[in-house]
Amino acid sequence: MSEKKDVVLEVDNLRIDIPVSAGLLHPVRGISFDVSRGETLCIVGESGCGKSLTSLAIMGLLPKNADRQADRLNFLGKDIRDFDERQMAKLRGVKMGMIFQEPMTSLNPSYTIGNQLEEVYLRHMSSNRLEARERAIFLLDKVGISSAGSRLGQYPHQLSGGLRQRVMIAMALMCGPDLIIADEPTTALDVTIQAQILHLLAELQSDFDMAMVLITHDLGIVARVADKVQVMYAGRTVEEGNCEAVFDKPLHPYTSGLLRCIPVPGKTQPGEKLGTVPGVVPNLVGDLNGCMFRNRCEFATDECKELAETPTVLENGHAYTCRLKPDEMEPSTGGRL
Amino acid sequence: MKQENALEAVNVSCVFRINQGLLKGSKPLVAVNGVSLQIQKGKVVGLVGESGCGKSTLANILLGLQRPTSGDVLYSGKTATGFSNRHIARRIQPIFQDPYSSLNVTKTVKSIISLPLRIHKIGDAASWDSKVNEMLDLVGLPKRVAESYPSQLSGGQRQRVAIARALIMRPEVVICDEPTSALDVSVQSQILNLLQDLRLELGLTYLMISHNLAVVEHMADRVAVMYLGRIVEEAESAVLFKEPKHPYTRALLSSVLTPDPRLGVPDTQLGTIFPNPIDPPTGCSFHPRCASRIDICSQKMPAPHLEKQHMAECHLFSK
Repeated sequence: MSEKKDVVLEVDNLRIDIPVSAGLLHPVRGISFDVSRGETLCIVGESGCGKSLTSLAIMGLLPKNADRQADRLNFLGKDIRDFDERQMAKLRGVKMGMIFQEPMTSLNPSYTIGNQLEEVYLRHMSSNRLEARERAIFLLDKVGISSAGSRLGQYPHQLSGGLRQRVMIAMALMCGPDLIIADEPTTALDVTIQAQILHLLAELQSDFDMAMVLITHDLGIVARVADKVQVMYAGRTVEEGNCEAVFDKPLHPYTSGLLRCIPVPGKTQPGEKLGTVPGVVPNLVGDLNGCMFRNRCEFATDECKELAETPTVLENGHAYTCRLKPDEMEPSTGGRL
Repeated sequence: MKQENALEAVNVSCVFRINQGLLKGSKPLVAVNGVSLQIQKGKVVGLVGESGCGKSTLANILLGLQRPTSGDVLYSGKTATGFSNRHIARRIQPIFQDPYSSLNVTKTVKSIISLPLRIHKIGDAASWDSKVNEMLDLVGLPKRVAESYPSQLSGGQRQRVAIARALIMRPEVVICDEPTSALDVSVQSQILNLLQDLRLELGLTYLMISHNLAVVEHMADRVAVMYLGRIVEEAESAVLFKEPKHPYTRALLSSVLTPDPRLGVPDTQLGTIFPNPIDPPTGCSFHPRCASRIDICSQKMPAPHLEKQHMAECHLFSK
């Protein structure tokens, strides 16, 4: 089935281990997904769930002491598990575009944005400065920056946060990537700018027919842009499926708990108690057994300590890792939204 | 006014001089431009707006950390002139956005929370300890964290410490400047619930500054929307969210992303350019970004239009 959908990225059972003083840390413990052209996959979870490390692992940007293993890591049909640094660098600039959270820190303050945009192109495409300049102006225009030509001479500090993020997006698109990995692309921005940037990303994605992996902690963003959703908790996928299925009927207590945490104008009563997910994220050092969510889960029983974390897959592809049957969670907790 | 105002800003302006370069002199930046805001006792007032609209400057003025260029701040109806910062600090306390940078990393939690008592020389060492324990209990932290350092705590715990520090003086008003935007969703809801509980328990008054409208709607009784130094709309929370008048408020509301998979990303039609506050647009400062602007908008600043306690500053309503 993978071939006819034009799969761009396939990840199977990705694991990351990092040695720390207390033992071996397992921040990512078996993540699998695939993204096709024109498709948006959202990875959602709270800080420390391993979502950013997953994206870094795909791009080969993990810290040196981290050990990455996977049963499969295919990008555009090629196995990239054994790619060396040079091969990865080639991929990252050209075929994979990256957008990070802080446009302030990911642009070099001492070069003009024109310089930084053109550099990507000059480095990876055997081309001259004139063509690079044309491409930069074309893309700045595309990302909604007016008078693009004169903007090229400006420095990052002369631009607002929203404009800087647009420049970052243009930079990621310079060489026409097949995959965009966006790690919290709008977290540092205002709500109005956030809506604009997400709008823009969706538009560019269909214009250039790219696959997109969007990493965020904001369920509002996920609901609005995702085709497929992966909810991560403690280094594993606890629930995945197409966007509507997951939001209409969350099957994992963590997903439904998260949804109850957010105030929604018109749905939650002002002043009423918001739902909470009590407790904290477990320590992921050493041998880990059973469901890692059990110490925060209202449905936890002794059985959960032994539970093998194998997902239950429903016929629409909606999968979750929990001992509960789809209808065992109380209706009040699931599907409120 | 039947109800007593715990805190009131009367026509407050704040102007900064911005250097333009060696020989070019300086230009004025009007961060807050003639803002009047009443915060009634026991109520929660929300203040929303984009970054750079002056909401944090206004908060600093209310806290006495920044002197207004003109206008007056009234504490329980009395003017602030002549009040020392120390005096103001007893009545008004802030909770800041980032619990990672607002706590001193070299001090223990106990010492952080009891600092206001030591500065104001209230009680003795023994009473400080019991007071700290009481506060820890109040904000839902175990007693053992008293001896911990901020680096040993999670983000949510740190924000609880910041809340404990703000409340140990039993202030009347707490100014929450983006109290949850650095936190995870599940922690955000815990902190919002805690703030609600504390308000009812201690009879606090909040000014809730946030760019997250969903949070403001959930918490606030009354909401003020700020744009480029002006409050452009102000109304009861329920009214504002149901019938927003100002086009800017409408754009803000439309950009709230509720977790509804059937709706796409909204098109706010706001344009990409945020105006330069040193060189603000003529007339209504919002008109370059406004989808429903008319001719007069670029020429004349709209006058505030008040109807049934719902203020909007827009030519569409001030005919």
